Amino acid sequence: METFLGLDYPTWWFLVVGALFSGYAVLDGFDFGAGAWHLFFKKDHSRRVAMNAVGPVWDGNEVWLVIGGGALFAGFPVMYATFFSSMYIPFMLFLVFLILRGISIEVRGKEKWVWWRNTFDITYSISSIMLAFLLGVVLGNVLQGLAIGENYQYQDTGFFEFLNPYSLLTGFTTLFLFMTHGAIYLLVKTEGRLFAKLTILLKKGLILFMVFFGITTMYTLLYIPHLSDDFKANPILFIAPLITFLSIANVPRLANKKRYKLAFAFSSITIASMLVLVAIELYPTLLFSTIDSQYSIDIYNAASSEDSMKNMLIIVAIGAPLVLSYTFFVYRTFRGKVQLDETSY
Amino acid sequence: MDTEILARIQFAFTIAFHYIYPPLSIGLGLLMVIFESAYMRTKNKQYHILAKFWTKIFALTFGIGVVTGIVMEFEFGTNWAVYSRYVGDVFGSALAAEGVFAFALESGFLGILLFGWNRVKPWVHLVSTIGVFLGSMFSAVWIVVANSWQQTPAGYHIVGEGMNARAEITDFWAMVFNPSSVDRILHVWLGALLAGAFLVLSVHAYYLVKDRFVDISKRAFKIALLVATIFSLAQLFTGHSSAEGVAVNQPAKLAAMEGHFEANAPADMYLFGWVHKESQEVSGLKIPGGLSFLLHYDTEAPVTGLNAFPEEDRPSQVNAVFQFYHIMVTIGMILIALSLLGVFLWWKGTLFSKKWLLWIFVFAALLPQIANQAGWFAAEMGRQPWVVYGHLRTNEAFSQAVTDNQILFSLILFLIVYTLLFLLFIYLLNKKIQHGPYEESESKDDDRPLTEEITHILTGK
Ligand code: HDD
Ligand code: HEM
Ligand code: HEM
Repeated sequence: METFLGLDYPTWWFLVVGALFSGYAVLDGFDFGAGAWHLFFKKDHSRRVAMNAVGPVWDGNEVWLVIGGGALFAGFPVMYATFFSSMYIPFMLFLVFLILRGISIEVRGKEKWVWWRNTFDITYSISSIMLAFLLGVVLGNVLQGLAIGENYQYQDTGFFEFLNPYSLLTGFTTLFLFMTHGAIYLLVKTEGRLFAKLTILLKKGLILFMVFFGITTMYTLLYIPHLSDDFKANPILFIAPLITFLSIANVPRLANKKRYKLAFAFSSITIASMLVLVAIELYPTLLFSTIDSQYSIDIYNAASSEDSMKNMLIIVAIGAPLVLSYTFFVYRTFRGKVQLDETSY
Repeated sequence: MDTEILARIQFAFTIAFHYIYPPLSIGLGLLMVIFESAYMRTKNKQYHILAKFWTKIFALTFGIGVVTGIVMEFEFGTNWAVYSRYVGDVFGSALAAEGVFAFALESGFLGILLFGWNRVKPWVHLVSTIGVFLGSMFSAVWIVVANSWQQTPAGYHIVGEGMNARAEITDFWAMVFNPSSVDRILHVWLGALLAGAFLVLSVHAYYLVKDRFVDISKRAFKIALLVATIFSLAQLFTGHSSAEGVAVNQPAKLAAMEGHFEANAPADMYLFGWVHKESQEVSGLKIPGGLSFLLHYDTEAPVTGLNAFPEEDRPSQVNAVFQFYHIMVTIGMILIALSLLGVFLWWKGTLFSKKWLLWIFVFAALLPQIANQAGWFAAEMGRQPWVVYGHLRTNEAFSQAVTDNQILFSLILFLIVYTLLFLLFIYLLNKKIQHGPYEESESKDDDRPLTEEITHILTGK
């Protein structure tokens, strides 16, 4: 197999997909998280400010999902096909909540009626919560593995197979992680009473996250042995969980010191390093078969042809700096505390 | 119901709904660029107001376009797993390119376009508007390239067998420039630009018949009329060129479009008609030898008909393909007639005194929309029974792991959510139109006399 800088193409592509999904989780993570707190804000003005904190960026954040999905499809079509069709119900729910959420942001401010604004506040918040939760649930299912049989066919076709103890745990962990992350983002973007309220909410979010993270980690070590194998084989990899723990521990410390921008950087690192952790645990498997490991999907049997991986790496190499520069430019234009004007939502 | 039919219904429904919005976003994008550049050049406040007004309506169409677009990307994996495995190598790269080059460009600049009026310099804002417009044009390119590859595959070979067969790219550029992509990209672009231009025409015609915002509406109407005239004429050529391509690459589809059954005989062209599949006859008004003439410039030249193909390789819904195709072409002709008439009366100086014509323009916004939908239905149903023409059949391409109940569940969910979305869209669109182009701070009573309105526009306050 051909290599580039010592790594084969499927591995490169694994890194690309991983980086895209990490970027997605960091970005949409804070806007789902911000939305999850929405109903805790009581005043119309606070809700408007909070919504406008994500207003100019949520669409750009979602593009990371579009690109990540496209990259998975392009690089590992077998994984894309099997995984998406196995997780049919959670993905369909995810889509519906994504639609409801986007629309709520767009239309909430379009009428002054209380019932109108309440309706969209509630759909916005509930769909943000559900989105964060469903992402976690789907992740839990990947970690655990699925009943994949011959020809990459998923064998469980019930309605609620995707909900199981482990995926519920990862679902809540992800929700509280995103809520913490979102609260910090809002702290950076707001001032006054809303800001004061958020400092309290942040503490609650952090505690809930820590508790669930602890339980999930224990559960993983006890019940999901195929995940910890890589670590036992290669102890140097323990650097990744170490970074995760250190950066989490840093968040409350920085929050206490009121250095919210730095705290935000650390909560972003936490999310990214948790996904790196997942990637290390899985690599080179993408989807573990609970029926027989010979049916597992890995980066080699799922990969596209080498030529198209090469082409696409070129696309990414040209595109990535562009994407990063637009992202940077937008965040720079809308930096600082939210100011409402007639163009706001 | 079986999963294949349900999956098809769901895909057709979600994409047809999605496709209400992209053409408007693309088309309005062009007009926003025109208005905003006109403002930069002339400093005439009216152009600024028009640019801002249409940006608001654009925000609405764009917003719904975005949230409904992600659905299809997921559906490839969820509902069409076999298909996704088969085409992933080819199709994935187009989708990835779309995301990287087009969507990121669009949404990166979108924030500035919508919220940046008071934050960035006017030229930065104009650049963002152009960025969003180009982004939406690019996104049409990649998605149409991918779809064209399904219609006329090129630059690939097949590896593996049975369940594990799949297409692999051998030549990236041959895949991108497959035989139908260029024709179809141009055709889709123009269809989108027409949808935008006719919406602008419609709204300003409405103001004109209601005697509101008269001056600014005349200005906008004329610009949009020029855009509409140029592109409706051009659409005839791209459409013709598509039809020639279909004749060569997908003869069964072309035969279905004109209801031509005989294997190898001169073919007629129908202005309208009805296809009787059993008796293999078409009743309607025809130009004898018309299709032969269009394709070969000879009314006697033979054209491959449906009977040249085995039953299982022909589109089954011949009449539907025929009708959709004819609706599109008829609308194409109407759009040309309408915009030429408009230009003629403008030249004569009586355009804005013809209320009946303005009323026609008010409702004409629906025509490009219908043509766009009909065009896709003709192209996609005409491709049947294949998903990848000549290689993968639709009835082999859907996900085996998904049950009918699951699809029924998601289909009903989409039906409900999309109905609400559509009602919301109409409500907000109507509200914005009724409110008119002016901000609260600049606004005034609608029934203020015209002179006052003109003073307002002239003084700019
Ligand atoms: C002719 C153009 C055209 C066509 C045929 C399609 N789309 Fe579309 N799509 C657009 C033109 C467009 C657009 C103009 O670029 C949109 C509409 C508003 C927007 O934000 O981008 C868009 C949005 C959009 C998005 C959201 C992007 C974002 O978050 O910014 C996705 C994922 C897709 N589309 C995917 C698809 C798929 C999978 C299609 C076919 C199967 C499809 N589109 C047909
Ligand atoms: C690259 C993008 C596209 C892909 C991969 C694609 C693929 C498919 C698939 C898998 C189906 C269902 C099976 C079938 O009936 O063939 C379908 C049907 C359909 N698609 Fe496309 N399509 C694409 C683009 C579009 C676009 C942009 C439209 C525009 C609105 C469209 C309109 C339709 C319609 C109307 C049907 C229903 C036809 C029928 O079921 O008989 N398609 N397409
Ligand atoms: C004026 C006469 C027209 C002719 C002769 C014509 C011809 C065609 C043909 C042959 C196709 C099928 C292409 C294929 O399957 O590869 C097509 C598709 C299509 N048409 Fe038209 N068309 C015309 C007008 C229009 C107009 C006015 C619109 C929209 C405003 C439109 C929108 C579309 C769309 C969206 C498609 C599907 C995408 C595609 O396959 O290119 N067409 N047209």
